[in-house]
Amino acid sequence: MIMSSVCLLEAVNLALASEMRRDPDMVLLGEDIGVNGGVFRATANLRDEFGLKRVMDTPLAENMIAGLAIGMASQGLKPVAEMQFMGFIFPALEQIICHAARLRNRTRGRLSCPLVIRAPFGGGIHAPEHHSESTEALLGHIPGLKVVIPSSPARAYGLLLAAIRDPDPVIFLEPKRIYRSQQQTVEDNGEALPIGRCFTLREGSDITLLSWGAMITETLQAADQLAQQGVSCEVIDLASISPLDLDTILASVRKTGRLVIIHEAPRTAAMGAEIAASVAEKALLDLQAPIARVTGYDTVMPYFRLEKHYLPNTQDIIDSVTQTLEFV
Amino acid sequence: MTDQLPLQYLDSEGQPTQTLPDWCNTPDRLQRCYHYMQLARQFDSKAIALQRTGQLGTYASLLGAEAIDVSVALSMSKEDVLVPYYRNHACQIIRGMPLEEVFLYWGGDERGNAATAMQKDFPNAVPIATQCLHACGVASAIKIRGEKRAAVTMIGDGGTSKGDFMEALNIAGVWQLPVVFIINNNQWAISVPRKIQSAATRLADKAIGAGIPGIQVDGNDAIAMHEAMQTALQRAYEGKGATLIEAISYRLSDHTTADDATRYRSNDELKQAWEREPVKRLRNFMRSQNFWDEDQEQALLQEIAQLVQQAADSYLAIPPQPVSSIFDFMYAELPSHLNEQRDWAEVRAMPGGSHHQEGE
Repeated sequence: MIMSSVCLLEAVNLALASEMRRDPDMVLLGEDIGVNGGVFRATANLRDEFGLKRVMDTPLAENMIAGLAIGMASQGLKPVAEMQFMGFIFPALEQIICHAARLRNRTRGRLSCPLVIRAPFGGGIHAPEHHSESTEALLGHIPGLKVVIPSSPARAYGLLLAAIRDPDPVIFLEPKRIYRSQQQTVEDNGEALPIGRCFTLREGSDITLLSWGAMITETLQAADQLAQQGVSCEVIDLASISPLDLDTILASVRKTGRLVIIHEAPRTAAMGAEIAASVAEKALLDLQAPIARVTGYDTVMPYFRLEKHYLPNTQDIIDSVTQTLEFV
Repeated sequence: MTDQLPLQYLDSEGQPTQTLPDWCNTPDRLQRCYHYMQLARQFDSKAIALQRTGQLGTYASLLGAEAIDVSVALSMSKEDVLVPYYRNHACQIIRGMPLEEVFLYWGGDERGNAATAMQKDFPNAVPIATQCLHACGVASAIKIRGEKRAAVTMIGDGGTSKGDFMEALNIAGVWQLPVVFIINNNQWAISVPRKIQSAATRLADKAIGAGIPGIQVDGNDAIAMHEAMQTALQRAYEGKGATLIEAISYRLSDHTTADDATRYRSNDELKQAWEREPVKRLRNFMRSQNFWDEDQEQALLQEIAQLVQQAADSYLAIPPQPVSSIFDFMYAELPSHLNEQRDWAEVRAMPGGSHHQEGE
């Protein structure tokens, strides 16, 4: 097997190519994904290898891309559609929510909709307006969908393979801030990682830090710095927004007694709120302090000159952990 | 282009307006068509009667659109894929959906969409125009695999105002997809008349911007609808791409059983529309050719009445799905958090539970 040192973006490309070789029914569609290889190059070189019929540049219409993918999936193809940015997914929500997520249930399993929609998301790359939002909670709220967010090259490779092989619709959100910031050795062995499971990145005993996507970077940095102060943090990468792996989270909270949830999405009605409520329902008496959230504001994501003020940083996490530890 | 008359072979009295296609010289296909048009009409009456007596949910009548639905379905091959909207019961019946399952769907039971006889056909789309894109996706799959099949989708005149419809025409043109779009232009989108829907003289002209042919057809003329469908399907099978058919008809009933069209529509208009209706038109023509007589008419109506009654009886005898079915088809494999919710639902449905219903 080929071992290579790749970034998250290259890992996405590796997984797509690998699975297209394995599964002749798999097709890609989206804006600019063909000759151009995607605006971020996630589909680079795939047109050359797999041809026009399997790597399809579409007209510019996100809703159309989603609708086409539903029709394709219903007939046994495995479409993997790219939305150029998550901020442009909104026109496609009707198709995703009303049809992709419901076709299996609506037909009692006669038809199903095994498609993948990939979209880069999150802030921090000085992009224009509507390119930086994190609206994973919108999608996590929808029954019938699965929503997956990798936070490293290896998990991008393994989770994308799992998303493609999943018999149900999966929204695969790629944290574009860390598309190229981290290199990791990834073995192109065709092995998928499980969807619906958290990944414990660091074991600890004093407090649990739970995050996902690009914020994992700051969360791990905070855990490093806190370790120097003698605080032992357990760090969990949520990875699957839906379905949630509450078992891993609860086991960790029962061990550490404290929980800080970190996400860059706005605070209200977001995944952090859902997780906090579930932990409060099931493990209240194991908690030694209130559950804390470090999040973006309930505001529009600012244009990029102010985006650093919006995004939580390492110090915010350290402050929140310190307050949680000091609670009596 | 805009001053062309709609394609028509029979006037409203059933008199030929031009030389008829050869298949009209023998009764078989015409009788088959007539049979299903009458079946559609009686199914419709029965569905409304069931709704009025609380035995069916809100129902969308297809009264007046029989020639469109029946001609579309009879022209399709079994291997084609139907992507319907919510007013295509006759299409679904002809394509093999058992009558009681059509009732079951409108009776609020998902099993109405489960019939294996429907093969890869889509279930009804309730959101407006979204189905046009599914048809393009289906047609893409057909094209990618190099098959000689087509996707066929239908939409109302109101739906043509939606982006999905224009996006579907556009991609069908660019990718030369084997798909046929049929607009059931029944003149009313609930209370909004055709003239408020679009300033286009003909809805068929919406095809021009997508680079595909658009033809206007008298949708109450089964012969014209057959001819238009045959041409469009042949084009699709031969890899020449998509066609848009605007079938001009009239919604003789309310939008659904929850609607009251007398609030916004004049009786005169409705009366005039009844003079152009499709069933009478085809019957008149068949009688004039000696393909049909009063005895055949009575025998057919009786046979259909029996069939529809039996279907209604079997529908009413179908017990509801177990509550667990709410969960069982959400995913191929149930996520564990839903296992817990599924268990709660079952406990609550048990005798003594907060959701228990007598007779379940």
